[in-house]
Amino acid sequence: MSKADGTIKIGLEVHTQLTSLKSKLFCSCSSDYRGKEPNSVVCPVCLGLPGSLPVLNKKAVEYAVMAALAFNCKISKRMFFFRKNYYYPDLPKNFQITQYDKAGGVPLATNGYLYIGEQGKRKKIKISRIHLEEDPGRLVHLGPIDQSPYTLVDYNRSGIALLETVTEPDMNSPREARVFLQKLRSVLEHLGIFDGSLEGAMRCDANISLAGGTRVEVKNISSFKEVERALSFEIMRQKGLLERGVAVKRETRHWDATRRITVSLRTKEEEQDYRYFPEPDLVPIELSEEYINKVRSMMPELPDDRMKRFMSSYGLPRYDAGVLVSSKALADFFEECVKLYNKPKDISNWMMSDLLRYLYENNLELQESKITPEKLVEMIRLIDEDVISGKIAKRILPKIILTGKPPRKIVEEEGMMKITDRQVLSELIDRVFSENPKAVKDALVDEKAVHYLIGQLMKKTEGKADPSLAAKMVNEKLHSIKKKT
Amino acid sequence: MKQNRKTHICREEVEHVAWLAHIKLTEEEKNLFTEQFSRILDYFKKIDEADTDGVPPTYHVLDLVNIFREDKSGKSLPKKEVLKNAPRQEDGFFKSPRIV
Ligand SMILES: [Zn+2]
Repeated sequence: MSKADGTIKIGLEVHTQLTSLKSKLFCSCSSDYRGKEPNSVVCPVCLGLPGSLPVLNKKAVEYAVMAALAFNCKISKRMFFFRKNYYYPDLPKNFQITQYDKAGGVPLATNGYLYIGEQGKRKKIKISRIHLEEDPGRLVHLGPIDQSPYTLVDYNRSGIALLETVTEPDMNSPREARVFLQKLRSVLEHLGIFDGSLEGAMRCDANISLAGGTRVEVKNISSFKEVERALSFEIMRQKGLLERGVAVKRETRHWDATRRITVSLRTKEEEQDYRYFPEPDLVPIELSEEYINKVRSMMPELPDDRMKRFMSSYGLPRYDAGVLVSSKALADFFEECVKLYNKPKDISNWMMSDLLRYLYENNLELQESKITPEKLVEMIRLIDEDVISGKIAKRILPKIILTGKPPRKIVEEEGMMKITDRQVLSELIDRVFSENPKAVKDALVDEKAVHYLIGQLMKKTEGKADPSLAAKMVNEKLHSIKKKT
Repeated sequence: MKQNRKTHICREEVEHVAWLAHIKLTEEEKNLFTEQFSRILDYFKKIDEADTDGVPPTYHVLDLVNIFREDKSGKSLPKKEVLKNAPRQEDGFFKSPRIV
């Protein structure tokens, strides 16, 4: 299922909040709405009260232009906002101010692309358009949506600036969709306009079709962690239908993250029902060549360039550099570590293997864990200073991630220092030999049994015996027995 | 000439528009609106008679562009004001019928 498959076509419509803005898209309410009392960050504009007028946030346009440049898009010289009309409690005005690419409408930018790297291969994902629009409010239901007696509405999110990115159906597997979202997130985070670790800051809809089937829309994918799950389910569902000779219906489905299934929305709304028309309360926007060039000159380093720099400055392999820049947090973490301890390859190896695996398996963001560059570096230093073995480091790393305790403290508290004392090791080896007489006899002729004895010693020391010294001493002891016989 | 043809809105279209607006209509209202919608659209068809060849579409009546505000956050409305006109509310939320 996760393998790229030419018969599967996936396109995404991604909504990302421009979280670095201080105010909403059309009013001066604070954009810092998370965790606030319901309806405490609202004003006549974002409540849609009669007589109120929206005024566009200048910085939002600048951020959107930065995104357009980073996505290699063609930026429109002149554009308008449109009203998308629909009646739903999350929209206090009964319309959403957005941009439209039909009826004379022009989105902010078109015809871009991003490269995603997968298993060392580069793949181009075309971006058909990006535009600005306002976020609707938040609906709260009591229990499952279809059983709630009524709906509670909080408009704090209403009017938050959203960037909508629409791709071509260029992805061929759920995994590619996830990798694309990661890339998109990393680019926006490098631009400093977005923080994907914030709850609900990135949401997406997907359209998906299988060969011989029809295009199905899946809405309500609430995070980039969910996208792989939602799409995998939908592919399975459609494959099942096609195998039984049942036609796939062209429809819109809703991803239910709790039950992990998609359900038919049975919507009767079609595009013409939104009755798009130009927003009369907002004047057109014109972006001059000069303005666009000014924004271009302020662009920071983007993931693709950062990857190349990681390869040339730190000597990292392309694959490793690619993984590290797939998240700004990860790339920043890496560079912080290197500043503290100039061992980029060791640092990268620990991050790529044990750290990332642990985070992935526990579905954690790096920011959600308690590890810091200082702590990872301290752990690597302990190995280099011969205080602990690599094996022990593997065991304490999850503890550092979970508790944030300094590595040296964990090692001391749990007595995990490497045993390098020959006297101590020699006594332990004597015990292992007397407890395993048969293995000792075998070990005199069979290399495999030698490993068994070393293994028993490591077991007795809970992995703390210095591995090379342990092997050396076990062999020495066997040698002296051989001599005696 | 298409300008002169009478508009005929059918009952299903009225029902669909009512559905989009989440409004329940009685049978009488459906009959009434079916006839009125057609008349309203006929009235607006007069605009079609204007010769618009070679005239670019107007998206805005004001001769202004690029009206922006700086990204500064200001005061929001006091909560009492926010919920003042809400017919139904609960724990600071607006209360609405469930729409699914
Ligand atoms: Zn507001």
